[in-house]
Amino acid sequence: MADTPIWLVALPLAGALAALLLPRLATAAAIVTGLLTTVAAGVLLFGVATQGALHYEIGGWTAGLGIMLRADGLSTLLLLMTALVVLAASIYASTYFRKTYERARFWPLWLLLWTSLNALLLSGDLFNIYVTLELLGLSAVALASLGGKRAAVEAALRYLLVGLLGSMLFLAGVGLIYAGYGTLDLTVLARVLEPGPVAWPALALMSSGLLLKTALFPLHFWLPPAHASAPAPVSAVLSALVVKAAFYLVLRLWLDVFANVITPASANLLGLLGAGAVLWGSWQALRAERLKLLAAYSTVAQLGYLFLFFPLLLALPAGPDRDLAAGGLAMLALTHGFAKAGLFLAIGIIQQRCGHDTIRELDGTAQHLPATTFAIALAGVALVGLPPSGAFLGKWQLLAGAVDTGQWWWLVVTVAGSLLAAAYIFRVLGHAFGHRPYPNQPVTVAREEWPALLLSAMAALVLGLAGAPVWGLLEIST
Amino acid sequence: MLTTQILYALAGCVLLALGVRGALLHASVLLRIVAINIMGAGVFLLLIAVAYRGPGLAADPVPHALVLTGIVVAVSATALALALARRLQVERDDG
Amino acid sequence: MNWDAWLPVLVVASSLLPGLVIFFLREGNHRMRTLLNLTGAVLKLVLVSSMIWGVFHEHVYESRWTLAPGLELVLHADTLSVLFVTLSTVLWLVTTIYAIGYLENAPHRSRFFGFFSLCVSATVGLALAGNLFTFVIFYELLTLATYPLVAHRGTSEAVRGARIYLAYTLGGGMLLLIGTVWLYVLAGPTAFVEGGILGTLPADYHPQLKMIFLLLIVGLGVKAALVPLHGWLPQAMVAPAPVSALLHAVAVVKAGAFGIVRVVYDVYGVNFADQLGLLTGLGIAAAITIVYGSVMALFQDNLKKRLAYSTVSQVSYIALGTAILGPIGTIGGVVHLVHQGIMKITLFFTAGNYAETLGIHKVSEMNGVGRRMPATTLAFSIAALGMIGVPPVAGFVSKWYLGLGAMEAGMAVWVMPVLIASSVLNAAYFLPVLYRAWFREPGTAWPAEHIPAARFETNAALLWPPVVTAMLALATGLFAAAPYSPLEWATLIAHREYGL
Repeated sequence: MADTPIWLVALPLAGALAALLLPRLATAAAIVTGLLTTVAAGVLLFGVATQGALHYEIGGWTAGLGIMLRADGLSTLLLLMTALVVLAASIYASTYFRKTYERARFWPLWLLLWTSLNALLLSGDLFNIYVTLELLGLSAVALASLGGKRAAVEAALRYLLVGLLGSMLFLAGVGLIYAGYGTLDLTVLARVLEPGPVAWPALALMSSGLLLKTALFPLHFWLPPAHASAPAPVSAVLSALVVKAAFYLVLRLWLDVFANVITPASANLLGLLGAGAVLWGSWQALRAERLKLLAAYSTVAQLGYLFLFFPLLLALPAGPDRDLAAGGLAMLALTHGFAKAGLFLAIGIIQQRCGHDTIRELDGTAQHLPATTFAIALAGVALVGLPPSGAFLGKWQLLAGAVDTGQWWWLVVTVAGSLLAAAYIFRVLGHAFGHRPYPNQPVTVAREEWPALLLSAMAALVLGLAGAPVWGLLEIST
Repeated sequence: MLTTQILYALAGCVLLALGVRGALLHASVLLRIVAINIMGAGVFLLLIAVAYRGPGLAADPVPHALVLTGIVVAVSATALALALARRLQVERDDG
Repeated sequence: MNWDAWLPVLVVASSLLPGLVIFFLREGNHRMRTLLNLTGAVLKLVLVSSMIWGVFHEHVYESRWTLAPGLELVLHADTLSVLFVTLSTVLWLVTTIYAIGYLENAPHRSRFFGFFSLCVSATVGLALAGNLFTFVIFYELLTLATYPLVAHRGTSEAVRGARIYLAYTLGGGMLLLIGTVWLYVLAGPTAFVEGGILGTLPADYHPQLKMIFLLLIVGLGVKAALVPLHGWLPQAMVAPAPVSALLHAVAVVKAGAFGIVRVVYDVYGVNFADQLGLLTGLGIAAAITIVYGSVMALFQDNLKKRLAYSTVSQVSYIALGTAILGPIGTIGGVVHLVHQGIMKITLFFTAGNYAETLGIHKVSEMNGVGRRMPATTLAFSIAALGMIGVPPVAGFVSKWYLGLGAMEAGMAVWVMPVLIASSVLNAAYFLPVLYRAWFREPGTAWPAEHIPAARFETNAALLWPPVVTAMLALATGLFAAAPYSPLEWATLIAHREYGL
């Protein structure tokens, strides 16, 4: 049980190596690895829920020189979400890639991506975060360029350059922190950081780097082309998990490590940018011609909601009200992860069946793929924030926090964003109704449609109805 | 000496700034890749300056480890970026 | 297994589970689909009967489920819930039979009946909601379940009508949500308690409470079709007749009106609402809607559109009853919830019959239809007379109580003219239709005779539902004083609300 954190990093890494060395068995290796890692994530969640936060020292070297893996409530929840999403997308991808050479290139990179995600979520010091961030960026870019077409390669190159820019800024910030405080360990820094000439520039540098990677408005320009041109399973993971990992780092830094340093003004800045993301992203999604572009802009908007929580969390006094809001934030992040992954997988099915994903020409397809359309509908319910999705509970906390602290403008932004989201989701669903007769079987290709359906159902139903433990788990911190 | 340390640190900051400016402003992909490498060099200089402990004393290994890792990452990333740029150029020449 | 906690859940599940299974049925599998539908409906009826008996004897049925700290999903059966649940259950059974007949050979029936069942589950859940949070959840679920039903036909008008419906109801839902969140922040979880719970809050909250009331009523008023929020209702007439019947009589519009009743009686408390001066505003809005709806109905030639505007007008009687302080006004408003449901569903069933059998969509095409379809037209006539307020049909009873309540509350000066004007206008747009149907000679041919005259004038599944509901409308009026009648139940509700 105590070893579980390292299993979460070692298993996908081993799987990646196996897929690289045995290309014929790559798919099987990947699925097996996926199942084992998901079980490990479940065991970790159980362990954290019963024993509290878990630590693991790699190689027995203690913190300072060694690498410490830490799992608390928030990171464990994200780890489980990552595992479930990647597993579902892996099952989908096993039929998506038809040619052997495609599969031989895809699986090692895919599992490497998973390794870096898990390692990032488990990192306990700034150095490890830097390394895993780079690994994540490189594998994500490589996967995004697998589409092969010109648009995909261009978007991937832009993604890479932006990512590198961000990482370099992050590293500069890390250097500053080390210069000022002599340690890189997160828990130690949380105790010793004070506002001053070291903390401020460091926070600014690290945040700029991370906000570039999280695609917060107005630094979001790279995201829509990259996510829209990538292959469907890759888009799913990029939107649902990779940007979420960068956001997780922003959350950790701002609320844990630099908690004594941040001011309400800086939190308001984040909130303002988040509001811009919600409104601009939703508006662009409404105008999008292609489904994948719609989904990508929707990601920009949904991440904006997450940033709206920052000014609220700072304005609420520490206590049950703030815990409720923090739980709402986690719930919104988790729901979006599942919903966006399900949406991209469903769009992938449509794209493969008809060769295009133009919204205006969807009529026939939406009707003879009822299960896929239902997956899109469920994901849509979760993205708009309608009950019984987890996002409804998250948005409730956002609205309640806004009313409680008297910051009514965030409420207006949330409501406007939700209505715009409803507009662009139902614009797509309107094409599901038509004159063609219903096919005899609701689910046509099981291996592709079930992952999309289950992911969307997770977001729209399971998290909303059975999500109360999330708040309890978040209380567990290192 | 103390002034050498400050000199290195300042040089690092200047290179960082130049790199950021280059990455944001240049149109050509190759120039942007070079600019990012210059940024990297600037950050590494900064870290090396941080590692200095005094005349005659051994330097702090942690920032050095950061620099080594950074160099490895920069090289791999540059390789990937150049490969992608090359692919784009091939396609442009074809199409 | 605690029966008291399980009964509300089972009542919702009895239509939810068959609905979910129906989605996966093959399109050609009629027997299984019909079996699931009818089994669910009958099962629900049995469960609800048990609930009626229990609540009458002051039994407490409650289920709770925590969704998040401080946010609980609560299903609680009190007298008002039971009234609405019974109405929904009985009318669902009848509508299911009608829909099976109406949609024979139509495409996408599995999808239709699946969402149909979800719609009823949402309505029943809304009726059984024990706090405002649960109510809001089921309110939004109702919107989601009814959208595919409105868009069912798939034509561009259907999709457009459904989009307008969605725009209005989601907007209203947002306002309702904001009001609920605000109230939650001020007063904690707002459980529905007879007599209301907000009266105890300190006076400096009162301006905020007034704003919240406005938000809640506007949010609910969209579904309840209060003017000027009613714009979606005529557009939603593109739906098939069973959907229009359900939407108008039972589900959507009633849900809005039911919500208004809940907010005034069980959240604010009628005396506190009066103290804040909120009832006057509500009454005026209701009065305007009553008159506007009736006037607009006069100018509609399309039968369903005329009935739609009639609904806009009639449902506001419920809001009017809520605005009249005093138990008698309350009784009038609450009992009209049931009476209007039964009468309106009859009207929509008959309109559907005319369209399905003879291709009649307009009033001008109805000359002499009474001879060709006597039973249907008789049902239509009974319901129409009830709408006008002619005794002994049920509508008369509600109007009587409303008038009497207004006089007792000292509001007779403006309520009575509204009631009288409304009855006159109702007569003005219903009596000519009856005259046409019974006394005019039919034209050369009907627009499109789909179902030829055989032993019965139309299919049995289309004929019996309106006849049954028309009999019900007559019975609830004639036997209004009988035990367990809607009127007696409404009296019970009023007594528990006012603490008599």
